[in-house]
Amino acid sequence: MPLSTDELAAIVARDIPPGSYVNLGIGQPTKVADHLPRDSGVVLHTENGMLNMGPAATGDQIDPDLINAGKVPVTELPGASYFHHADSFAMMRGGHLDVCVLGAFQVSVTGDLANWHTGKPGDIPAVGGAMDLAIGAKQVFVMMTLFDKQGRSKLVPTCTYPLTGIGCVSRVYTDVAVIDVGPGGATVRETFGITADELRDRLAV
Amino acid sequence: MSRARILDSADEAVSGIEDGSTVLVGGFGLAGMPFDLIDALIRQGAKELTVVSNNAGNGEVGLAALLQAGRVRKVICSFPRQTDSHVFDGLYRAGKIELEVVPQGNLAERIRAAGAGIGAFYCPTGAGTSLAEGKETRTIDGRVHVLEYPIKGDVALISAHRADTMGNLVYRKTARNFGPIMATAAATTIAQVREVVPVGGLDPEAVVTPGIYVHRIVQEAC
Repeated sequence: MPLSTDELAAIVARDIPPGSYVNLGIGQPTKVADHLPRDSGVVLHTENGMLNMGPAATGDQIDPDLINAGKVPVTELPGASYFHHADSFAMMRGGHLDVCVLGAFQVSVTGDLANWHTGKPGDIPAVGGAMDLAIGAKQVFVMMTLFDKQGRSKLVPTCTYPLTGIGCVSRVYTDVAVIDVGPGGATVRETFGITADELRDRLAV
Repeated sequence: MSRARILDSADEAVSGIEDGSTVLVGGFGLAGMPFDLIDALIRQGAKELTVVSNNAGNGEVGLAALLQAGRVRKVICSFPRQTDSHVFDGLYRAGKIELEVVPQGNLAERIRAAGAGIGAFYCPTGAGTSLAEGKETRTIDGRVHVLEYPIKGDVALISAHRADTMGNLVYRKTARNFGPIMATAAATTIAQVREVVPVGGLDPEAVVTPGIYVHRIVQEAC
């Protein structure tokens, strides 16, 4: 059986070293936070200017001045800090974040990332912090389903969608396999509900 | 004598903003959005504006209302498309507004550079992507960097939590976002704050934006 999003989030969380400074992208990657052990010491960074972000705010905790990158109200943990946008992006661009987890339309076997724009005419491009995270974090993990709705692999020899960054992704976490990517090409680390041989046949990369 | 003047109304605070101005607008989504100043700018009537902000308006309030009023010629931002950006989306699809999409870190650093007197800078963000097309590049330490120029404002409209009468500002939580850098990067910086306190009312160690950067202050309408 392929993994559910929650099961996959737990696998990503398992691989984040204790004490890491981590940025979780909008969407699926946000769920990784729910699976980090309480004692992991992982510090979450949100691009709009906060370290040691806590879980989503509920009820009386909701404060319009305290939101995450997805504009969702969140909470602060003891030891949190706030800073302006140039400082927040210096943390990314200056190589201070240990790990970021991003979603993707496509990843190439050499680690190119396409996740900001479909490139379709009429689609309004919106990049946000994706390009800064892609080039800045020490390790860039991608979390996505391996196949699109038409059954085509999103791990590709060369991205056809507009690029976010070149050679920036180190590992791809998918519902059927965890795959390392980089200058040496793709290496399957583990599979879920599929053998490595079956996976190679379906991927054709 | 301080550079900052405390004004009685948002209308006074935005007076004199000219047609065609480049206006830096603080906020990330609605957090830190200077609503009173934007509403006053709509009443003031300046048009053909270039707006620099992280987003291109949410819902029908704040920046979205300024767009809706037809005062904005061009938006420079990192993330226009959101679930509630229908005002911008409609204008863009109708060809009534120009868009320059800038990676968020470049947006922040270009604003910071403008305020700090940096003529331009090289950064790897966007190298090899369509957002770096036509820009100068240089390989530094084996890595391709892209040349980026400052973004300077004629005016910055920002929101802060508290000001003293010297113009020193402190912010609150993630509403800080672009406020401190935009304050440095405009010829005239206008801040709306929730509270104005006397000189000495802010801890100097905790001041985020020193008053040298702030020209006009107005307390938010309750």
